[in-house]
Amino acid sequence: MSAVTDGYEMVIGLEIHCQLKTRTKLFSAASANFGDAPNANTDAVCLGLPGALPVCNKHAIELATRAALGLECTVHPVSVFARKHYFYPDLPKGYQISQFDRPLATGGRVVVGANADGSARVIGITRVHVEEDAGKSVHDRFAGVSAIDLNRAGTPLIEIVSEPDLRSSADAGAYVRAVKQIIEYTDVSDANMEEGSLRVDVNISARPRGSTTFGTRTEIKNLNSISGVERSIEIEFARQCGVLAAGGEVEQRTMLWDGVRNEVRPARSKEGSPDYRYFPEPDLPPLVLEPAFIEAHRAALPELPAAKRARFASQYGLSAADIEQLTVTTTLADRFEAVSKASGDAKRAANWILGVVLASVNARGLDITSHPVSVERLAALIGLEVQGAVSNTAAKQIFAILEQEDAEPSLIAEREGLLQVSDDSALERWIDEVMAEMPAEAARFLAGEKKLQGVLVGAVMKKSKGSADPKKVNQLLGQRVAPG
Amino acid sequence: MGGSDVAVSEDDVRHVAALARLGLDGDRVQSLVGELNRILEHMDVLQQVDIRGASLDPDAAHGLRMREDVPNPIPLHREREAFAPAMRDGFFLVPRLATHGTAARGDDEGDE
Amino acid sequence: MSDRSILARSAADVAADIVAGVLPTTAALDACRDAATSVQVGPEGLNAALWFDAAHARESLTSASMHGALAGIPVAVKDNIATLRMPTTCGSRMLEGYVSPFEATVVARLHAAGAVIPMKTNMDEFAMGSSTENSAWGPTKHPMDPARVPGGSSGGSAAVVAAGVTRIALGSETGGSVRQPAAFCGIVGVKPTYGRVSRHGLVAFASSLDQVGVFGQSVDDAALGLQVIAGVDPLDSTTVDAPVADYRATRDITGDRPLAGVVVGRPLEYFPASLDPAMRALLDRAADTLRALGAEIRDVSLPHTDLAIPVYYIVAPAEASSNLARFDGVRYGLRVDDGDGLRGMYEATRSRGFGPEVTRRILLGTYVLSAGYYDAYYKRAMAVRRLITDDFARVFASGVHVLLTPTTPTTAFLAGTKKDPYEMYLSDIFTATANLAGVPAMSQPIGRIEGLPVGGQLLAAQFDEATMFRVAYALERALGEEAHR
Ligand SMILES: [Mg+2]
Ligand SMILES: [Zn+2]
Repeated sequence: MSAVTDGYEMVIGLEIHCQLKTRTKLFSAASANFGDAPNANTDAVCLGLPGALPVCNKHAIELATRAALGLECTVHPVSVFARKHYFYPDLPKGYQISQFDRPLATGGRVVVGANADGSARVIGITRVHVEEDAGKSVHDRFAGVSAIDLNRAGTPLIEIVSEPDLRSSADAGAYVRAVKQIIEYTDVSDANMEEGSLRVDVNISARPRGSTTFGTRTEIKNLNSISGVERSIEIEFARQCGVLAAGGEVEQRTMLWDGVRNEVRPARSKEGSPDYRYFPEPDLPPLVLEPAFIEAHRAALPELPAAKRARFASQYGLSAADIEQLTVTTTLADRFEAVSKASGDAKRAANWILGVVLASVNARGLDITSHPVSVERLAALIGLEVQGAVSNTAAKQIFAILEQEDAEPSLIAEREGLLQVSDDSALERWIDEVMAEMPAEAARFLAGEKKLQGVLVGAVMKKSKGSADPKKVNQLLGQRVAPG
Repeated sequence: MGGSDVAVSEDDVRHVAALARLGLDGDRVQSLVGELNRILEHMDVLQQVDIRGASLDPDAAHGLRMREDVPNPIPLHREREAFAPAMRDGFFLVPRLATHGTAARGDDEGDE
Repeated sequence: MSDRSILARSAADVAADIVAGVLPTTAALDACRDAATSVQVGPEGLNAALWFDAAHARESLTSASMHGALAGIPVAVKDNIATLRMPTTCGSRMLEGYVSPFEATVVARLHAAGAVIPMKTNMDEFAMGSSTENSAWGPTKHPMDPARVPGGSSGGSAAVVAAGVTRIALGSETGGSVRQPAAFCGIVGVKPTYGRVSRHGLVAFASSLDQVGVFGQSVDDAALGLQVIAGVDPLDSTTVDAPVADYRATRDITGDRPLAGVVVGRPLEYFPASLDPAMRALLDRAADTLRALGAEIRDVSLPHTDLAIPVYYIVAPAEASSNLARFDGVRYGLRVDDGDGLRGMYEATRSRGFGPEVTRRILLGTYVLSAGYYDAYYKRAMAVRRLITDDFARVFASGVHVLLTPTTPTTAFLAGTKKDPYEMYLSDIFTATANLAGVPAMSQPIGRIEGLPVGGQLLAAQFDEATMFRVAYALERALGEEAHR
């Protein structure tokens, strides 16, 4: 620990912007598609043309409601859109339509791992509100000018604001992962940080340990990776501690993270705290959500990560580490449950999914649902293993074949001679041959040198090309030295 | 200056003009101080009104009508190039914003 | 030469004749064109029409529906309503030469009803003003006295109708910008209920107050115009899906007491001691006429009326400062780039694009919304606005059907005489309440003072334009030529 941060505690709150999965924008029926020609997806509303008016996308509100419920917020029957004013060329109207003092939802919570005493670590969600995104400014495209593309302008976002409950960079990273997971579970956003569909602003302040008041905070804007969140927090915390330790005062201002140079630096302008002049958006009546609408969305929520983890523990008896991995995404968890059910062996299903299957999925850069080995085939393969018809080694060979060829695993095992032989006479014959080929080891084994049993079993397995049942071989070898 | 609690100063006018991105020369600032104060003087009467009976709740009598999530942009009968002051390769062009690196938004008071 | 007598007949009758083939489809447009030339509606004369394109309008006639309620009828449109063929400049340098790439819903509805739009009319810049002296394209003159103002901000539309060039014109209202010029010019002007007519394509001044309004040479012309443009619009979330009554249903009702059962309220706050006695006398005559038609005249009170102007001049500039932020020189309109970076471009563009009144209101609006002042000004004004709205709700709930008031405190004033902004703002003293409360209101001629027209204002409960028109039709019929004397 560097000395400068000793004696200080960090207080962090995060604002997470998450792009909702809609076909059209929040307030215009222009396409929300990405990657099209610059300004191709802009209409009168997105361009802020004189006389154009916002019309709200119902699906965006449904998705925002679902996300807010997933974050255990109270969704309000009446919320109000507001205008937030600032001039920037990628903000076509000179204001962003957002929500201010009457947000969609407030008072949620997210479980982020466990505290030192084992209790669940709960981070409070202050609010979830709906707002429109800005466009993009491109600075390096043409000499001397900036280029504005408004395709992203107006796409729907939710902003998730946490309470200042986070106390370390690891805490912040875990929180982002937990929120991202809920967003993915509720299927409201791609939540892809690299592609910018999930962006994080960090509010951070430092205070002497033991203090209960907050220090002056700075805001680090637009972080697009969890490691960026964590690293920028460490650097900014150290900077603030340095200022405080030297008897200085932290200035409230906006900071920018440069991931390439690994530095946090102040934003250029220094106009003091911005004056956004919020007021209720007069072009949009209040957003009124019927209780039935909210309850229908609550009822339709998928099982959320915390509940799924608890159920996996009690239903399958898996280790916490395995559960953590299996519940990262709903698709993975669903795949596990399907294989577990079809094979009747949860532990083996978990091992297969987290081992061979994930390795193959990652190596192929696939989504697990499009992996060539279907749930039925994998379950059948596990079934062969459970019955003792194939060894684990043989099963892995069969899996490799299944990746290329869709066939009944038992037929592959038979065709490739991988069926485990547990027929005594065949096994005795191989044991005889091995003992004849390795007389010295055989003699020592028969004389009581138990450690040689493994060598002999290995030789039998090799001779059988893996098809011998190792348990049975061990048993038979054991009988040869058994007295009487 | 009437009984104005909050008289507008020259600095106020400059500050507000900066917020509104209105370039004003010194003389205009001077005259606006007087004009705005003379107007706002008439607003003082509102401070005396008993507003306890006035609901500040949003009027939710007519809730927001919403549309389906179906692409249906308002068609433009003229190309963007026909009304844009400066365009190239489909982009609107503006004087250069930021001079350092990729740090774009947040440089001015860009925010979201 | 066209048949100028066409312009002396109601728009509904002429349209019916065009539909029936009795009149050629271009008859009304040709009469309009000739009238425009003879009264000089352009910059050489009244400076009421900024663009006049009869040739283009004539072409559009051939393809237009000749079955609609406005078949072949020329309608003048205020320059802040988006049209595809003519510029939409809002009377501002900021939008010099700007032609909207999309069309306002009201314009589309006019076209669908068979109307033609031969001209865009002059206005105070961005509708900020009460005299049409604040246009970047020069002031509009009163058609009866060129030394006087036609009122504003929709002065161009009012002047065109008053001069007999069109029977119907569209204007826009934020605080009286249709009713006040209608009163000054001696014609009918209607501001519908907030949410009755689409604002899609109306360049916003103050979104919570703005409403497209209609001028008519008669009550029937105005009712017909509103009938065509009224109704919910999916492109304007603030329009309300309330049934649109037949506004013209009562146009032919005669008989002894056509207003029996109607209660007309007379709010005492609109008749201050300082009211011009001649104007009071004309209002008394109007009230007596209504009583004679069977209406009950009842004195009522709207106690927060005197707060309307202070509230209005906080709320409207606040919203205007926001709505006009989009004029930044980036995507359309004027750009002034002095090479002083982005910030310099913004400031140069906006200071040169906006005239003095617009600049003043943007600053005022920015101020009342800014940190430290929001609660004292904007928030408080919104609370008082509620009290004003509640006043109307209470009086209409008490059994009063319409209110009768003067439209303006004076007749058309001389150009260049209102130098103090607040003095100009007081022209809206009787009209701004309807915008703040969202209720429908209209002005119709009820007589003259020293040869200048006086307007009587009717106000009704939200979405009850039909009752307002019923009273207006009866009053117009009963006053007859007295309305213009
Ligand atoms: Mg933020
Ligand atoms: Zn935000």
